[in-house]
Amino acid sequence: MNKITEQLLRQVSDWQGTFKGAYNIRENGGCAGRQSSENIRIESRADGSGLEIHISPKAQKETVYIPACVTRGNVNDLAYNDFYVGEGADVTIVAGCGVHTDNEGEAEHDGIHRFFLEKGAHVLYKEKHVGTGTGTGLKKINPVTDMELKEDAVMEMDTIQIGGVDLTKRSTKAVLGARARLIIHERLMTDGEEQASTDFEVVMQGEDSGVDLISRSVAKDHSYQEYHSKIHGNCRCTGHSECDAILIGEGKVNAAPELFAGDIDASLIHEAAIGKIAGEQIVKLRTLGLTEDEAEKKIVEGFLR
Amino acid sequence: MLVLENVSWKASDGEEILRDISLEIPDGKMTVITGPNGGGKTSLAKLIAGLVDPTEGRILLDGEDITGWDMTERARGGISFAFQQPVRFKGLTVRDLLEISAERKLDSGEVCRYLGEVGLCAEEYIDRVVDASLSGGEGKRIEIASVLARKNVKLRVFDEPEAGIDLWSFTNLIDVFQRLKNKDSEALLVISHQERILEIADRIVVVDNGKIRIAGDRQVILPRLLAQEKAARCPKEEERSCAR
Repeated sequence: MNKITEQLLRQVSDWQGTFKGAYNIRENGGCAGRQSSENIRIESRADGSGLEIHISPKAQKETVYIPACVTRGNVNDLAYNDFYVGEGADVTIVAGCGVHTDNEGEAEHDGIHRFFLEKGAHVLYKEKHVGTGTGTGLKKINPVTDMELKEDAVMEMDTIQIGGVDLTKRSTKAVLGARARLIIHERLMTDGEEQASTDFEVVMQGEDSGVDLISRSVAKDHSYQEYHSKIHGNCRCTGHSECDAILIGEGKVNAAPELFAGDIDASLIHEAAIGKIAGEQIVKLRTLGLTEDEAEKKIVEGFLR
Repeated sequence: MLVLENVSWKASDGEEILRDISLEIPDGKMTVITGPNGGGKTSLAKLIAGLVDPTEGRILLDGEDITGWDMTERARGGISFAFQQPVRFKGLTVRDLLEISAERKLDSGEVCRYLGEVGLCAEEYIDRVVDASLSGGEGKRIEIASVLARKNVKLRVFDEPEAGIDLWSFTNLIDVFQRLKNKDSEALLVISHQERILEIADRIVVVDNGKIRIAGDRQVILPRLLAQEKAARCPKEEERSCAR
């Protein structure tokens, strides 16, 4: 594993020189380390294009790490990872991604992750993205997340892009069975000329399923973000989406939330707010001794937490 | 001690909100500013905290001219201000706000003490986000706690602290002011209409129509205010004045 991979791992996952439990470290399309555990088996896909992660029902409160790093320009890495989560399993999946370039070559990672949650399974999926390096080459991350939740399964998706990614196109789709619950918490920060597009599509097919989708973003300087969400309520279900964006400088945001209620008992709500930081928030923190810049930083930090 | 010397303030539309205010707010005493709504009390508090700049006059803190200081400089210089309408933040927690205020990390015991003073249980509130999910009264108490957490304070200003506070917490609030007013090195300024707050004041200042109408020791001013209040509400007085 090279030093840049180590630096990226520290930023996007809980890397402290090692991982405890099952893990696979992807570096520039290759494997820089892999370990299965008693209850979590990691294998290469037959066609070599990615991984299959089999999580046994016996896996309880276990963590599996699947980070991916691109550490130089002129690398375009595409990976397909499938997660099979057994009935009643309870796991945390950490899937950070870092892209780095120090030259004019592009560094890109496209991770296509599919999740199949059996009945009553519980997954906390943590995804952190960052771009680093001094090169002029674009840093791109395009994550695709597809989820199928069977009855009573719960998926919590905690996804954050902390900066330095020039272009990102994020696609998240889910189909929910009876009483399944999906909680998505997305945070995005774009700066400079960066562009981010995020698209959610959640289909509630099983009675009493529910989704709570919270997206918070900050668009700074000349960056541009697009947000689109569509929640389908095809049965008795509850759906809530919330899209909040803060604009700083010349940042621009285009948000297009959609709700589709296909059943009389589908209860769907959307909330959206886009604007600059409220002046009174800056004033309050300044009366506590912060400068305007410090106040702005604190407010953004809290907002994206 | 804070001193205002012939301070005036005009709003951006040219309307004169405060006119030629001269006032001393001494250390170790509680000064309460009262008066009718729209009379300029909150504008005066904002002017002291640096939220608005005077168009005329000078502001002195312990003899130093702070008229040109912005709100950050005034906060760092020892002026602490509790807003009448608490500000809400998406994301910042009660702990964040208190730590920003205290300018350091706080242990659970300290957070508990500040929240306890305003009648809130730390366990329940420490990780709550200071957003619209808080009730008006909860927000107000956290706002007051944020001012209690300030250190090296020379003047604490509370703008209508009683608004939205329930009766039980109000008694706590009175206790808080009783403690604060006995700090020899600090001045305490409260803007209030509440008789119970006026009753514990050392000095009372009545601001009306942008000017100081009367100012002096509570023992002198409060009976006059209460008498005026009574007179204004007495129907017999009105009948008499009509008959005359």
